[in-house]
Amino acid sequence: MAKKLRTRKHKVVLNRSAGGDAGITFILVLLGAFMFLPMLYVIMQSLKPLDELWMFPPRFYVRNPTLTNFRDLFMLMNTSWVPFSRYIFNTLFTSIAGTFGNLFFSSLAAYAMAKIKFPGGKAMFKTVRTSLMFHSTVTAITSFIIMSALGWMDSYLAIIVPAWATSLGLYLMKQFMETNVSDAVLESARLDGASELRTFWVIAMPMVKPAWLTLIIYSFQGLWNQGSSIYIHSEQLKSFNYAIGQILAGGIKRAGASAASMVIMMMVPILVFVISQSNIIETMGSSGMKD
Amino acid sequence: MSKKKAVVRQDMTRWQWTWKEMKRNKVAYMMVAPYMLIFTLFTVVPVLLSVVISFTDFNLLQMPNFVFMDNYIRLFLDDDIFLIAVKNTMIFAVIVGPLSYLMSLMVAWFINELPPKIRALVTLIFYAPSISGQVYLIWGTLFSGDSYGWVNGILLDLGLITTEIQWFQDADYVMPLCIIVALWTSLGTSFLSFIAGLQGIDRSMFEAGAVDGVRNRWQELWYITLPSMKPQLMFGAIMAITSSFGFGGVVTALCGFPSVDYAAHTIMHHLDDYGGARYEVGYSSSIAVILFAIMIGANMLVKKVLSKVGQ
Repeated sequence: MAKKLRTRKHKVVLNRSAGGDAGITFILVLLGAFMFLPMLYVIMQSLKPLDELWMFPPRFYVRNPTLTNFRDLFMLMNTSWVPFSRYIFNTLFTSIAGTFGNLFFSSLAAYAMAKIKFPGGKAMFKTVRTSLMFHSTVTAITSFIIMSALGWMDSYLAIIVPAWATSLGLYLMKQFMETNVSDAVLESARLDGASELRTFWVIAMPMVKPAWLTLIIYSFQGLWNQGSSIYIHSEQLKSFNYAIGQILAGGIKRAGASAASMVIMMMVPILVFVISQSNIIETMGSSGMKD
Repeated sequence: MSKKKAVVRQDMTRWQWTWKEMKRNKVAYMMVAPYMLIFTLFTVVPVLLSVVISFTDFNLLQMPNFVFMDNYIRLFLDDDIFLIAVKNTMIFAVIVGPLSYLMSLMVAWFINELPPKIRALVTLIFYAPSISGQVYLIWGTLFSGDSYGWVNGILLDLGLITTEIQWFQDADYVMPLCIIVALWTSLGTSFLSFIAGLQGIDRSMFEAGAVDGVRNRWQELWYITLPSMKPQLMFGAIMAITSSFGFGGVVTALCGFPSVDYAAHTIMHHLDDYGGARYEVGYSSSIAVILFAIMIGANMLVKKVLSKVGQ
């Protein structure tokens, strides 16, 4: 790899030593193995037939790959008390409703904070930015009290509505709008008599597509990976992730099905990221914090 | 706003001016209103409410009484497990936070010069564990306590151990293992932010640097690269610190709750235990307030340190 770097066309390569390149490649391969091998192991496990799963000494690679584990997983799903499709629906519905609400409300607020100067706008943004500094677990218990007071316990609302206003979503969107939406274009739209809402929707939003995708992906990932929620106690409203966990709690004999379920769970976020990687990186380009 | 303030208006007071500006920008308030309403309700109010409740003995059933500092006194003087939790949380944060930050930065820097297609693939490999939800449970399989666990199997086969090690049930191993798993899942938002920051640096800066006497890649990193991506370094730090305090879920999933001898018990677990299981809302709120203060404090401190980069 080191060689390739050196001979790459179009680019002047400065200040690079072969020793440094080799060292860096070595560290990168080592760290890469640490990150990748467990992921690979999940896939291997999911394809192993029973005798390979319970083999001593255990082998990393699968010899006779089979889809039995996936079939077992689907059979187990059919035995659940609430139809499994219901759990899938719950996760999909809350993920989609939460994500689109977040995209809309966060962008709307981000636009106002980034492009309109109004008293209090900066203070609001600073508050949101500060909230990036703490993890949501500190507010879990009091949020529970607020949910009960609102009467939203045990309903989709408890999952969906808080997801509409994530701090990271607003932060990234606002930063991206600030650098990528030109004030001159907005100004000329305003002079042409476009209302602020129309300017936002027709001019600004199409200019920040990479940030939409990033926001969609972050929000979707968070909601897709939701486990059991403290707000939900009806079995009919619980998430896919929770249901999978229940199946797997069935014990050690389900090791194969367990690996199969992990493969299914990880496929969705990974595929989404593969499709949108370049947009996410573009959005992150403006993620920086200046003060 | 600063530009407008420069014009000193003599015909009205500052408040009249602000009020006028507010009326003129009605539409802006309408645009932020839905977001700010939800944000206030589910983020700001819970924080403030925690602070208030932490001075009471609220338990969801009876009317709360004001107990002033009793909860905090009990935490620090009468609750040995809380002190263990503080210690573990600190160890976790101090190790995982900086290590994951450095790992994100180094990997992002290493892969920056790879051709775009390969870079995209390497990015995916490093980023995938952090977005794959509960896939970290595979570490439970790798380090399973029976001889079918991969690590035990290999060690037994090589004759390095004679009986299986109960990795996640052994107080000596849980903490290091949880730290490894946490690191494995930690190349997240900050990693992506660094990649983007590095991509955004103007190549001509490096050429100019070489002319000015930058001799190797380390000097280049310190004098050119890092100072040019300072905003990303700041953002990445906040993301890394905040998530380094939030690995309670990983610990619970792998070690059970409570972990053996409370060896991996963190403030988050303590909070869950009192708030979720025992309904001692007042007491658990005081735990939440302390955790909140620690997180904000750590972030402020690191921001201050980072502002010195390249100076």
